[in-house]
Amino acid sequence: MTSARPKIDFDAKIPNNVDLAGDRKLQRALERWQPNFLDWWADMGPAVDTKDVYLRTAVDVGRDGWAHFDHVPMNEYRWGVFLSEHDPDRRIAFGEHKGEPVWQEVPGEYRADLQRLIVIQGDTEPASVEQQRFLGATAPSLYDMRNLFQVNVEEGRHLWAMVYLLHAYFGRAGREEADQLLARNSGSDDSPRILGAFNEETPDWLSFFMFTYFTDRDGKYQLGTLKESGFDPLSRTCEFMLKEEAHHMFVGTTGIDRVVRRTAELMADHDTEEVAGAGGIPLTMIQKYINFHYTVSLDLFGNESSTNAANYFTAGLKGRWQEERREDDHQLTDDAGHVDAYKDGQVTHNEVPALLALNQDLRHEYINDCRTGLKRWNRILAKAGIDAELTLPHVGFNRQVGAFAGAHITPEGRVIPESEWMAQKDQWLPTEVDKTHVRSLMHPVLEPGKIAGWIAPPSTGINDKPVDYEYVHFH
Amino acid sequence: MTVLEEPVNDVAADTAESARSEAVPHVDFDTGPERYRHWRFTVDGPTAWVYLDVAEDGGIVPGYELKLNSYDLGVDIELYDLTQRLRFEHPQVRSVVLTSGKDTNFCAGANIRMLAGSSHPWKVNFCKFTNETRNGIEDMTDAGQTWIAALNGTAAGGGYEMALACDRILLVDDRSSAVSLPEVPLLGVLPGTGGLTRVIDKRRVRKDRADVFATRSEGFGGRKAVEWKLVDEAVPRREWDRVVAERAAEAAGASTRPADAQGISLPPLQRTEADGALTYDHVRVTLDREARTATVVVAVPEMTDDPAALHDQGAAHPLLAIVRELDDAILRLRTNELEIGTWLLLTEGSTEHALAADRLLAGHQDDWLVAETTRYLRRVLKRLDVTSRSLIALIEPGSCFAGPFLELALACDRQYMLEGTFEEDEDATLPSGAAAEEPAVVVVTDAQFGTFPMGNGLTRLGSRFYGDDGEGGALETIRARRGEELTGGDADDLGLVTDAPDDIDWTDEIRILLEERASLSPDALTGMEANHRFVGPETMETRIFGRLTAWQNWIFIRPNASGPEGALRKYGTGRKADFDQKRV
Repeated sequence: MTSARPKIDFDAKIPNNVDLAGDRKLQRALERWQPNFLDWWADMGPAVDTKDVYLRTAVDVGRDGWAHFDHVPMNEYRWGVFLSEHDPDRRIAFGEHKGEPVWQEVPGEYRADLQRLIVIQGDTEPASVEQQRFLGATAPSLYDMRNLFQVNVEEGRHLWAMVYLLHAYFGRAGREEADQLLARNSGSDDSPRILGAFNEETPDWLSFFMFTYFTDRDGKYQLGTLKESGFDPLSRTCEFMLKEEAHHMFVGTTGIDRVVRRTAELMADHDTEEVAGAGGIPLTMIQKYINFHYTVSLDLFGNESSTNAANYFTAGLKGRWQEERREDDHQLTDDAGHVDAYKDGQVTHNEVPALLALNQDLRHEYINDCRTGLKRWNRILAKAGIDAELTLPHVGFNRQVGAFAGAHITPEGRVIPESEWMAQKDQWLPTEVDKTHVRSLMHPVLEPGKIAGWIAPPSTGINDKPVDYEYVHFH
Repeated sequence: MTVLEEPVNDVAADTAESARSEAVPHVDFDTGPERYRHWRFTVDGPTAWVYLDVAEDGGIVPGYELKLNSYDLGVDIELYDLTQRLRFEHPQVRSVVLTSGKDTNFCAGANIRMLAGSSHPWKVNFCKFTNETRNGIEDMTDAGQTWIAALNGTAAGGGYEMALACDRILLVDDRSSAVSLPEVPLLGVLPGTGGLTRVIDKRRVRKDRADVFATRSEGFGGRKAVEWKLVDEAVPRREWDRVVAERAAEAAGASTRPADAQGISLPPLQRTEADGALTYDHVRVTLDREARTATVVVAVPEMTDDPAALHDQGAAHPLLAIVRELDDAILRLRTNELEIGTWLLLTEGSTEHALAADRLLAGHQDDWLVAETTRYLRRVLKRLDVTSRSLIALIEPGSCFAGPFLELALACDRQYMLEGTFEEDEDATLPSGAAAEEPAVVVVTDAQFGTFPMGNGLTRLGSRFYGDDGEGGALETIRARRGEELTGGDADDLGLVTDAPDDIDWTDEIRILLEERASLSPDALTGMEANHRFVGPETMETRIFGRLTAWQNWIFIRPNASGPEGALRKYGTGRKADFDQKRV
């Protein structure tokens, strides 16, 4: 090494609690990676030209540090690297290494598996930024535009978190994988993102809210299982990411709240369910969007019966949701579990070793969590005196991955012939007509405090600022 | 390799059972003529007379008697020592007569009770070592010490295989002595010490006749054995002594070895052994049992390129000492440390010293001792080639992988070279413990281009770049850089190393690599490495270590051989093996 290398003030440029200034290896890796990231952000990040945005920046992991608010030019956002507090006594909570001290280095035996888990998680983070690249141009308010950008920069930071792990712990192979995270792009023909759901476009704001509610929630559950990992740096990274992920889901939950509320208002005002003509999104259309985004997200959990998940569990790499709160032996070698199955035209269950049923276990945790949103939205409808309910479709509906892939099952869970499916699917999933209608509503509203007609205003602003605060400045 | 012994009684069979369950014994390869229990030899002018005279109660482990001049690993360790002494202590010997010290037979081969009672790794290690010694005997013939088998009685199984390693086979024609390979018909295994291979490859016996011979337990004697080329001559008893002496004199007359050569003595190796460490004058081995790795450091001290120094210092000369120590360390690790699955090979010392050794070898091949030392190193390198361990060279500052010592790295499955030096990180000390401020370099010399062929007849570079030997190819490019001090970057560009991480990456890369390696199946690694190491042409040697050994090792673990009803276990019990008749 010569000293000709340009000196970067790492702590200032990259807020961190991983002693970046004292870690030569990491510095060198990030020096090379950061310019590539900035290029990627310029090419694939938000396409709307802004002066600055009222953003939250994590500058520390403590109560005060993790939410530091200020107007920041987007390209000067300081993507940080943070791990939650170190617990020197932490032990592996499950699998065959249960009770052993957690690993501070990657065990060579599990290098390939851990790297794969991190790469897959890392691949989803920038993907959503790419998927949402053009949304800013049709933001229904400055408040929403700001939220979009907040989600975007934080997905960017989550990419940093995964890249940090690859750089800090996986040597040369890790650096090469980190480069690939920027080389794959959502929807690209040549090098798409790894998981299917992250190659779907996010063409409108209803899709964005659905994505942040359903698909980011998958992220929450994946991060939650990685938080249990015996590889401590991964665990600590994910724990901190979960805080930010919660905000993304808040954007989705309240976004759909507001769409539902506005639809209810329009229904009351015009005394019809057909609010499309009045510039709203009909409940049936909202239901179709729910059906689509929920089922695509269910696919992200993989096959019902998974040897990979079993191996990860046994090795101590990836646990169950809230592993340590569960009351069993945390090894599951002798237990059995049930997984959804589709046999001879019937929806049924198979009994399998519990270790093989871990994906199903996680999917069901997720499904229960998704139900809370539905309750919320139905309360809004009930309050508005509307006698209709939004529902989650059957777990076998519209699935491309797992036991139900290829089956034709209605949202109510009835198995039907393919011909009937083809004839009815437009009642259940967004059609081109639906999408065109939603897109037709997408006009930007850039005046502080103003809001587009298809969505209700938020009840409160960000960080105690008023709703009509100028969250985004333009040139 | 095997075996005819008298049928054993149940007591012996029981003892064999108990031997099986015991832990693998610790094997020592140290011996010398004054300690031999199974061999004696006399040197008479240009001819050495070597007598196999096995002590029945001299088994290396308890549980069997070495009847009928049958052998076990202990017998073969002595044979190996004996070949070394003929090479170095008796360089004027030009022909070697291998015969039996018993009146009744030559050799019944490997002891069947020993085989039946041995663990699989023990059998495999035993076969590998005996094979290497047989190959060494052929090397000696090539080097002007021609071996003649004088079979003064029946040579069965491994006994005949020992004869097959000789240049010429004389069989006494007494109407009862025969040569045979009874392993298939009697034991359900193969003549695995080169027997099947040498019968067809070396002695050019027709395959249909080889088939008849190898399934006929009593074998052939007399004229038939000659006619089928199984032996060179069948000699009547009354002419035996005269003919054998004549053949020995003829072979001696055809040798070009210097008649006035003065041997050097091979004193016992100085070695200290403590758990986790094996320390010689120049070679140090440390074991990490938890990580299942051995670190082998070869320290190369200053030496001159003057062959007179080699003659003066003899076995104390650094180069010869290093080769002997390395040989011993390899054998010990291979036999005694079965769970140490990865060996890290390092060198330590000045590149100049290594290049002095290179000049010594390259410039004086007409000197018998230089030539013998070269052959010895060649064989030790071949031992590495057939070692069932993951071999990884770590090329760090302070190392001297140059000339002959670069072959050590090239024999490895992978080579990692530190680019630059360890800059700031005080924790990253060299495994060798050396302080080093200059970056590591490697130096390619003529030693990489023919001095040390592998079993496949190619050099290690030729194997590494198989087929890339044309104009502008890798081999030519590397040849043009001979003598240069090549840095990690250079070596990486030239393909001499697997990777050249810098100091920032080094520690993690190596740690992860080793941990990952240690998590893989030892069997799969052994098979994979053995396949990758030998590209290209087959030779008799590769067929013995590859095809014959692989089949033999498969048969060894099959129930038809080693199951409770298998032939190996049933032999000598008076009961027949009960075969699973499916052909696989």
